[in-house]
Amino acid sequence: MTTEVQSVSKPAQPFASSRKKSRLGLLWLLLAIGAIPMLLPFYWMVVTAFKPAEEILRLPVTWWPANPTLKHWIDAFRVANFGRYFLNSVFVSVTITAANLLTSAMAGYLFAKFQFRGRDLLFVFVLSGIMIPFYVPLIPLYGLMVKLNWDNTYWAVIIPSLYSPLGIFLMRQFIHSIPNELIDAARVDGANEFAIFFRVILPLCTPALAALGIFALTLNWNDFLWPFLALDSPSLWTLPVGLARLRGRFGTDYGLVMAAATITVLPLLLFFFAAQKRFIEGITLTGTKG
Amino acid sequence: MVVVVVPLVLSFLLFWIYPIAAAFVNSFTDWQGFVGTRPFVGLENYARAAADPIFRQSLLNTFVFVAISLPTGIASALVLALLVNAAGRMKEIFRVIYFLPVVSSTIATAFVWRYLFQPQLGIFNQILQFLHLPAQRWLLSPDQALACVALYAIWQGLGYTMVLFMAGLTTIDSSYYDAAKVDGAGKWQVFRKVTLPLLRPTFAFVLVTNVINGLQIFAPIYVMTASGMTSGESPPGGPANSTMVIVVYQWLMAFRELQLGYGAAMGVILLFIILALTLLQLRWLRTRWDY
Repeated sequence: MTTEVQSVSKPAQPFASSRKKSRLGLLWLLLAIGAIPMLLPFYWMVVTAFKPAEEILRLPVTWWPANPTLKHWIDAFRVANFGRYFLNSVFVSVTITAANLLTSAMAGYLFAKFQFRGRDLLFVFVLSGIMIPFYVPLIPLYGLMVKLNWDNTYWAVIIPSLYSPLGIFLMRQFIHSIPNELIDAARVDGANEFAIFFRVILPLCTPALAALGIFALTLNWNDFLWPFLALDSPSLWTLPVGLARLRGRFGTDYGLVMAAATITVLPLLLFFFAAQKRFIEGITLTGTKG
Repeated sequence: MVVVVVPLVLSFLLFWIYPIAAAFVNSFTDWQGFVGTRPFVGLENYARAAADPIFRQSLLNTFVFVAISLPTGIASALVLALLVNAAGRMKEIFRVIYFLPVVSSTIATAFVWRYLFQPQLGIFNQILQFLHLPAQRWLLSPDQALACVALYAIWQGLGYTMVLFMAGLTTIDSSYYDAAKVDGAGKWQVFRKVTLPLLRPTFAFVLVTNVINGLQIFAPIYVMTASGMTSGESPPGGPANSTMVIVVYQWLMAFRELQLGYGAAMGVILLFIILALTLLQLRWLRTRWDY
């Protein structure tokens, strides 16, 4: 029965099964060839990070390290301080993601289930956050940080990112579909608004929150422009900022840059491999990549 | 609830609405240096932008970048979506492979691509040499640099657009295909008359978001074209301004030259370009496909 349903749901193909099989094999071959340019940069990044400097500069290039070395990895942690950047990245992206989830759910609940004056106008403002490019408020926002003495602190990175307009929009849409009866029933039972939010609304939002969380984590882990502008002290840099600043400090040490790039990319990729379905859902559900 | 809502609204007004309003106001001032005064100069910044050859070049480059990367990117993502969708058991694996760049830091992957394009040690010239073709200067050539960045951008965005198309394809009811088959439609006809029109909403979304993102390209150009990354001997946007785009120029003017009023004006110009193009596309998509 299940196979029957599956074969109908796909555009069925009127071919004999052996022909169908060879066609599928051809398709796989085609897709595998297409996968080479997708994977080559990653392969080259990792392989280069294991090559000693002389081998990197020698021609013709080697496709596999002749004398593999861990020097660049040790340098990335000892000299270029990427262990610190990793911890900073974890702190910043997890903090912002957690805050985004909470504020998006709360604001979403508010916009979906409450009537108050100025609600629709406020919601239009929230939507403007999705459409207006960050390059418009960028300069005055930085000026504001200077005025508040927040430049070169994590306040500048975290506070303006506490809420996510896209997150609020998505959570509003999601909470809107939760029946009012559930909320009313809890209210009749004497639950206050906080209890309703944490005991009724939040548990029902788990799938939406998972998708939004993955989206926010990816976005903030890879976020570059604003942390790059706001953070001057090396002790505060996140991975992308530390990586971008690496060239200025260490010249064209390709081995080190490739090791550092791998350290920047790998944590999120491992997370992606572990939960790839949810990842793809989360990132596509929520629209644009920054 | 008030305890939560009031700080949220206040910070929203302070960190989002105020800076946007300030950008408009500041674009009419000669604001230089973050602690400096902001004398009102009317439309001078806009007049300056209109006459500034580098700004005009950056506008042109931005549009050329979108014109190169967008059609190629969307077309290959659509083809890929159709192929991966039909890949049976291997569908998940290919989807993951093509999606990898989407999850990876732009700074990291752009560095790798910069290395691949490197004229002596880079893979691309090694491959050309192997095929007995002449080596290219890639990012160092004013004629090729922007196309190189566009190639990187297509590589990076392909998986994202592909997954959007795959999601769009699953919403098409199989009865349409069955009906078309009963009518004796060939594969190409089914694609043109059934798949393509029913993907309309996906197309609209992909087009609009890709244009908006493409007009704001910054990080790849920053990584791939600046020679000294920070205090920099040569700023991003080169060689010979061939990869100078709107936001890179805005960044240079604002944060290196501290011409903040001028930078704010460029932000406002970008906003109006994005608004105009988005409205135009939505309108075009409607007249084109609504019947």
